[in-house]
Amino acid sequence: MDHALYNPAATAAAPAPWGRVRRSRYVADRALKITCTLFTLLGAFVLGWILLMLIVEGIGGLSPAVFTETTPGPGTAGGGIANAIVGSLILTFLGIVVATPIGVLAGTYLAEYGKASMLATVIRFVNDILLAAPSILIGLFVYMLMVQPMGGYSGWAGGVALAIIAVPVIVRSTEDMLRLVPGSLREAGAALGAPMSTVIMKISWKAARAGMVTGVILATARIAGETAPLLFTALNNNFWFSPTLMGGVSNLPVTIYQFALAPYENWRELAWAGALIITLSILALSVVARLLLKKDKVR
Amino acid sequence: MAVVSDQVSMSNMQTVRRRTSPVFDQGFRWASYGSALIVLAVLAGIIGSMVYGGWPAFQEFGFGFVTSSIWNVGADQYGAWVAIAGTLTSALIALVIGVPISIGIAIFLTQLCPTWLRRPVSTVIELLAAVPSIIYGMWGLFVFAPLFAQYVQIPLATIVEGIPIVGTVLYARVPSGVGMMTAGIILAIMIIPFIASITRDILDQIPTVLRESAYGIGCTTWEVVRHVLLPQAGVSIIGAVMLGLGRALGETMAVTFVIGNANRLSLSLFDPSSTIASRIANEFNEASGMQMHALMALGCILFVVTFIVLALARLLISRVKTH
Amino acid sequence: MSSTIAVNTSSAIGNTAAADSSAPVRISVRNLNFYYGDFRSLKDISLDFHDRQVTALIGPSGCGKSTLLRTFNRIYSLYPEQRADGQILLDGQNVLSPSVDVNELRARVGMVFQKPTPFPMSIYDNIAFGIRLYEKLSKSELDGRVEAALRKAALWDEVKDKLRQSGMGLSGGQQQRLCIARTIAQRPEVILLDEPTSALDPISTGKIEELIEQLRSEFTIVIVTHNMQQAARISQFTAFMYLGELIEFGDTTKIFMNPSKKQTQDYITGRFG
Repeated sequence: MDHALYNPAATAAAPAPWGRVRRSRYVADRALKITCTLFTLLGAFVLGWILLMLIVEGIGGLSPAVFTETTPGPGTAGGGIANAIVGSLILTFLGIVVATPIGVLAGTYLAEYGKASMLATVIRFVNDILLAAPSILIGLFVYMLMVQPMGGYSGWAGGVALAIIAVPVIVRSTEDMLRLVPGSLREAGAALGAPMSTVIMKISWKAARAGMVTGVILATARIAGETAPLLFTALNNNFWFSPTLMGGVSNLPVTIYQFALAPYENWRELAWAGALIITLSILALSVVARLLLKKDKVR
Repeated sequence: MAVVSDQVSMSNMQTVRRRTSPVFDQGFRWASYGSALIVLAVLAGIIGSMVYGGWPAFQEFGFGFVTSSIWNVGADQYGAWVAIAGTLTSALIALVIGVPISIGIAIFLTQLCPTWLRRPVSTVIELLAAVPSIIYGMWGLFVFAPLFAQYVQIPLATIVEGIPIVGTVLYARVPSGVGMMTAGIILAIMIIPFIASITRDILDQIPTVLRESAYGIGCTTWEVVRHVLLPQAGVSIIGAVMLGLGRALGETMAVTFVIGNANRLSLSLFDPSSTIASRIANEFNEASGMQMHALMALGCILFVVTFIVLALARLLISRVKTH
Repeated sequence: MSSTIAVNTSSAIGNTAAADSSAPVRISVRNLNFYYGDFRSLKDISLDFHDRQVTALIGPSGCGKSTLLRTFNRIYSLYPEQRADGQILLDGQNVLSPSVDVNELRARVGMVFQKPTPFPMSIYDNIAFGIRLYEKLSKSELDGRVEAALRKAALWDEVKDKLRQSGMGLSGGQQQRLCIARTIAQRPEVILLDEPTSALDPISTGKIEELIEQLRSEFTIVIVTHNMQQAARISQFTAFMYLGELIEFGDTTKIFMNPSKKQTQDYITGRFG
């Protein structure tokens, strides 16, 4: 609406009261609007640029072999990243399977039992810190907790490290979503004589389901691309790993990290192909999570 | 109206009712309580393992560990200063670049953007946070750094050469595009989605009446933002910035790709350096003995710093939220 | 402090059935006090509720009528800062006693809330939810119970073809009748209604009032309402409360035609509240 007022020609020609507004005010306003719009475009541009780079560099390397063959040794031609893809799927699955019950129950504790109590306040605070804590430190922690005592790297350690990253995400989203469930629903459940656990599982969880699932999907997206916590836990492996998951377990992020910086052309090509695969998967998960929540809100 | 006379219900009134097992109810309660305690245990575990692992290094080098800039694996001498300085400098660069852009994006989303565009644009900005850290690293190293070297470092070097101070700070001895500045720029991009989306939420929480009454007395958008919205949001925006800072301090993979990993104190922002996280990522797997303890001690320092920053962020953000 | 006011044989003529004070006492409240933290919001309440009669609790906002209602099924105990002392005898058993299982109590004393609270599940499951908590029934028995409850709540004809659809999709009035059906499906002895029509339009309100009148043949009903015409229309007994105290209790016709306390008179004639 202030655009309509700003007409330089009119400002010059028209008499008061329409000419009173100082021009500098409009200049500042215009500058703000242009700057903010440009900044937003810049953000979108960077995302586009990164995606374009991944497609340009990665699409050439995508071949059936990528999905069927294992990572090649140094100087060996060809090869794929099948073991890394499978390893990543296993590690991510392991992480999310461990994290989901813990995260959902802890979030439930905060929203349904602890509420404003001292303990709940402290846990909420700690959870928010873990949410943004450096993931490499979580790798170090799990190294001390599992790798050292167990005498070596393992997929289990990698899964636990990823779970530790996923838990705070799930706790937070679960609590937020449960808090949106109106208290009257819980009262109505309790008024039918349902014990607390039934009210929570059959009513609160059900009402908050879409949001809670979204939280788990976002947590999956978050850990699927994590590299730092795997460096000292699952490490990596250029071959098919042991079915017991003991010893190094190959995974996409660490493979990409090692191959991207390697001097072999085919390694780098595989790194780009892996980067394209992992990024598209993660972005797809994030978009699906958002759509899920949106659909629920509309309903 | 069809009212079924249900005589059975009258006679059934005193029937003993089957109850859901109280054992399960209590069990569920304890399970959720226990899960919540795991969150506390994880934090305690991280602190504990860092202190335990780093203790020998702190003991060996004392306070000198923090101030010394020697990191010599051969001589088994370790000092954290270069990594600390690198961590702080790169995070600072990230804030200087990232904060104005983030706030700008938040203002665009809440004040300027047409409603139909809000959701897609928000999603695009939030997706920046979903891109894995190694991808930023690859983009930084293979795409951004060469361009940065060619179009910024080389021309700038010829301009600033010889000028005191500026000639040192902005001079690239080896214009490879890799170094502190590049790390800071990549970090800035990585923290933008976090700061922008929290700032957007904060601005959204400001009551519409306040905004409308400011527009109502003839304020332009700039004046509404400058005199009403930003002061009102004030402290919590600082909280959002602190959260971004916390993320920047601990970011590992992207920085490891582009910072150059040199243990060298340099006054030039274009020179390679290292951060605490990048050093741990680079050296930990091959480390043993005192080097491992020193890396753990670095982790301990990083944890303490990020803990303080994130705790402040949380306090600043929540203070406004509750009102 | 006020004490129970004896209810004499009534010969009043009302819109609804006359009060029957010879009906056995179902709930007997004795010296009930209620606290929100340190604030005492009910003061020494004592009164009786008769079997298969509708008792209305009226009074201005904040007088404690909803609080009193919420003590009968101890729903207040969801909130740690709220507590009650005194006695509420349901068929002679003090429901405030810690030995009483609250969940079982709530199945015996059903409650319908101000805003309709359909659970996020199908219409059928909304009704079956409460039944399944306490009874293990075959599919056909359960179907029968759900149908009977919906018929009793005068909702069957409207929903019989969409039992598997979400309960959230019904209109406000239908949702409230769904909640009543859910409550009676459990075969409670007492039904508590907390301003059940205040969120509804006049037509839905009429349907619910009609329903309450019919349910009276089977259940002891206590209703909180701020609508005095409603209290006069549907109840046999009325209790007037003010500032946490019971001011006057008696047969509805008498309370509305010939109240014995000045405060009651002022309130029902609209001088305050």
